[in-house]
Amino acid sequence: MTAVSLKVNGAVHAVAVAPETPLLYVLTDELHLRGPKFGCGLAQCGACTVLIDGGPVRSCITPVSAVKSAEIITLDGLGTPEKPHPIQQAFIDEQAAQCGFCLSGVILTAKSFLDRNPRASDDEIRSALAGLLCRCFAHARMFKAIQRYAKMVRS
Amino acid sequence: MKAGLSRRDFLMGSGALVVSFSMTPILDPWALAQGPFDTHRSHIDPEKLDSWIAIGSDGAVTGRTGKCDFGQGMYTAQTQLIAEELCVSLDRVRLVQCDTSITPDQGTTSGSQSTPTNFNNHGLAQAAATAREALINLAAQRMAVSPKVLTAAGGFVNAADGRSVSYGQLVSGKNLNLAVDPNAKRKAAANWSVLGKPVPSLDIRDLVTARFDFVHNVHLAGMLHGRMVRPPEIGAKVLSIDEKSVRRVGGIIKVVLRQNLVGVVAEKQMQAVQAAAQLKVVWSSGSDLPPQGDFYQHIRKQPSQDTLIVDSQDVDQKFSRAATVLKSTYAYPYQAHGSVGASCAVADVRGDKATLWSATQSVYPTRQIVAAVLGLQLENVRVIYMRGSGCYGLNGADTVSLDAAFLSHAVQRPVRIQLSREDEMAWGENYGAASVIDQRAALDRQGEIIAWECEPWAVSLGGRPGYDTPGNVISGALAGYEPHRITPRKASAPTGSLKNGSNAVPSYAAGSVGGTCYGTGTIRSERVLTHAVRSPFFTGPLRSPLRLQNTFAHECFMDELAAHAKADPVAYRLRHLREPRLMDVVKAVAKAAQWEVRPSPKANWDRKSTALGRGLACVAYEGDNGYVATVAEVEVDASSGRVRATRFVIAQDCGPISNPAGMRNQIEGGVLQGMSRCLGEEITWDARKITSTDWTSYHSLDLAIEVPEIECVLINRTDVLATGAGETAITVVAAAIGNAIFDATGTRLRQVPFTEERVKTAISNHSG
Ligand code: FES
Ligand code: FES
Repeated sequence: MTAVSLKVNGAVHAVAVAPETPLLYVLTDELHLRGPKFGCGLAQCGACTVLIDGGPVRSCITPVSAVKSAEIITLDGLGTPEKPHPIQQAFIDEQAAQCGFCLSGVILTAKSFLDRNPRASDDEIRSALAGLLCRCFAHARMFKAIQRYAKMVRS
Repeated sequence: MKAGLSRRDFLMGSGALVVSFSMTPILDPWALAQGPFDTHRSHIDPEKLDSWIAIGSDGAVTGRTGKCDFGQGMYTAQTQLIAEELCVSLDRVRLVQCDTSITPDQGTTSGSQSTPTNFNNHGLAQAAATAREALINLAAQRMAVSPKVLTAAGGFVNAADGRSVSYGQLVSGKNLNLAVDPNAKRKAAANWSVLGKPVPSLDIRDLVTARFDFVHNVHLAGMLHGRMVRPPEIGAKVLSIDEKSVRRVGGIIKVVLRQNLVGVVAEKQMQAVQAAAQLKVVWSSGSDLPPQGDFYQHIRKQPSQDTLIVDSQDVDQKFSRAATVLKSTYAYPYQAHGSVGASCAVADVRGDKATLWSATQSVYPTRQIVAAVLGLQLENVRVIYMRGSGCYGLNGADTVSLDAAFLSHAVQRPVRIQLSREDEMAWGENYGAASVIDQRAALDRQGEIIAWECEPWAVSLGGRPGYDTPGNVISGALAGYEPHRITPRKASAPTGSLKNGSNAVPSYAAGSVGGTCYGTGTIRSERVLTHAVRSPFFTGPLRSPLRLQNTFAHECFMDELAAHAKADPVAYRLRHLREPRLMDVVKAVAKAAQWEVRPSPKANWDRKSTALGRGLACVAYEGDNGYVATVAEVEVDASSGRVRATRFVIAQDCGPISNPAGMRNQIEGGVLQGMSRCLGEEITWDARKITSTDWTSYHSLDLAIEVPEIECVLINRTDVLATGAGETAITVVAAAIGNAIFDATGTRLRQVPFTEERVKTAISNHSG
């Protein structure tokens, strides 16, 4: 066990964990965050996605020791039910979920991509979503929600 | 509900509120594997109104339901139902779902039975209607007027003279102490203001902001983490375990062994993962699996449990006199639920008590199973439903619930079990069944169908555990419990009424049993003989179980017949149907899709450019539990074999619609899941084990696909009973895509999935 300090959703947390522990287990088991989820543990589905310094990272294969002092944002920290982030609001407006298990990957990956590539075409957005799974197949609404957010970042 | 005998009728007999579930007389192993979904007597008496509805002193309404939401929208729809019947706004309703300490026993949430069970004239709907009448009666007493002059609105009962009293004042937080009144009047659909409206999902805000608690988010004080160690091969048994092999991993609490069920429990999740990887277990070698390459041949040769569903006894004679006889065989693979989240459960077993937080769709059956396998008193076991990753059948939720119960029992502390991805896909869930289906039809000189014969073989092993079969899921079987097995048996002549719950009888057949036609079609010479065969892998009710497989075969074969007769596929279908609701969805979808009237295939494809086509398929789900038709439009690239569906139009009639927004979401999801299953999904195995164990070996469509346009035509019929709507659309997708590929290319695909390789080969063979 080593003492690790993590900057998550704007707050600094000190946890004692083995350094090879995947970031995901620290976020869920130690910090009790609900956003990132264990889907595959293999970097194949996206359910565990968090933003590290603004970029999407699959926390299931990221050792906590690799994060260092970087800024971690999880779906929990993006917005609140009262004041959702615009991309969260877009998902509400389009009713873009069924069970909701996959949302961290879809929302955070799309947000990060569009924030960095506001002029991206639909095809480019699609490529950015490769390797994200939703097994309730809410794809149609999710894509519409992402397009709605894309319009916002452009204007 | 006139046509046929559905799963619901089959298991519960219609109308009765409480019917016990009997194991013996069930003929269809698939009906059994679905589990019971009716309302049962338990310590929470379903005949008492207080079991369902409570009115707080502030007038807020609490509903208690035995049907849960796992993403299909039941939470919102049931909240609407209560708000509607009790005349309050949605925010005045709190819904408690599936907790064996609080809610009535409604068996399993499955089989498109939640709407029929809770939205017609029993279950939650009847309780809510009783509660409204009870409040009006209480107000009538208090005001000394006739209940006839009173109306309920906005949480008040109002009199014509202007007096009014709130629900809270009437009940003041006490029990209502009444029986559910089977004669209480539901509000007429014409007067609905909340139900039947497109209410947005009530939980989506919490979902997108990560405030929603899944079972994966349960944390208890002193909770430990466990992982399972599954056999390396199917059928392998534990010979020995070297507990010392994990000594170097820190935080290990215990290595748990129960027959062939092996798990490790540790302080931290990471330690459990490491220990599971390092634990040395000597396993016996597994059993040989039938080669996948000729599996469809293999299952035909197995001993089978046979059922004659219809037999007009004149089929052979008709075939001998037919102008044309057409035959085809269709094949459908094992497929995975493949939930995005690997399953998780938390159990707290201490002394003689157990509490389980579980994503099982069957809290009461699971409670009974857990009590039995741990040797606890039933009343000391509580199972609390919490949502897992969207499921649509029987993913690893039930298996991991037993895993958690066993491991917590062994350490007498709360334990959270998270399955690995491989555990989930190879040792967690019960797969959708493989099936091979022979079709034969006789046509007269005009090309009209005069006889239809169908013979499906479908595999089966285990299923939902129900109240007494823990061995129906993998962890139960590993722990030494027997799964329900197929008993080989010859078929006897069909009796009673039509049992078409698996859609083994095509929609175009008359479905005649004992001289009465129960089916939806006109063909009177008919024979359907089903064979249930023991599966080497556990199977379960993956969304539209066998209904999808059979419908794929029927609807593609119908298209073959229409093509042979050079008839337009819509007109040809309508000529052989007689059920107006099914005909109406076919007509509605053709109209909405601007269906071009002509036979398939399309003429003049140059074999080089991308081929474009359209295909139609329809079904009366389970014979009478929802009517759907879809038109698929596809592009086929012959050189790569790549198929892309560009548009789906769906017309659906599920009776009175509870929530059109929720229904659209279900249709869209069903269509895309159907497309993914049709184009790429297939369980694979080698000589001894499953080889599709992750997302590189099991092929799901990801978020990068170009999503087809999906248009829904919802037919809202308020003069009939409500049926299920979660499994209808998916049932027709593979057939519609297959028919569209045929329309585009003239090539008929008879085996799912339509992989690029398979499509390319089929098209080039067809040209040769
Ligand atoms: S859980 Fe990390 S990508 Fe699947
Ligand atoms: S909404 Fe269920 S997995 Fe995406």
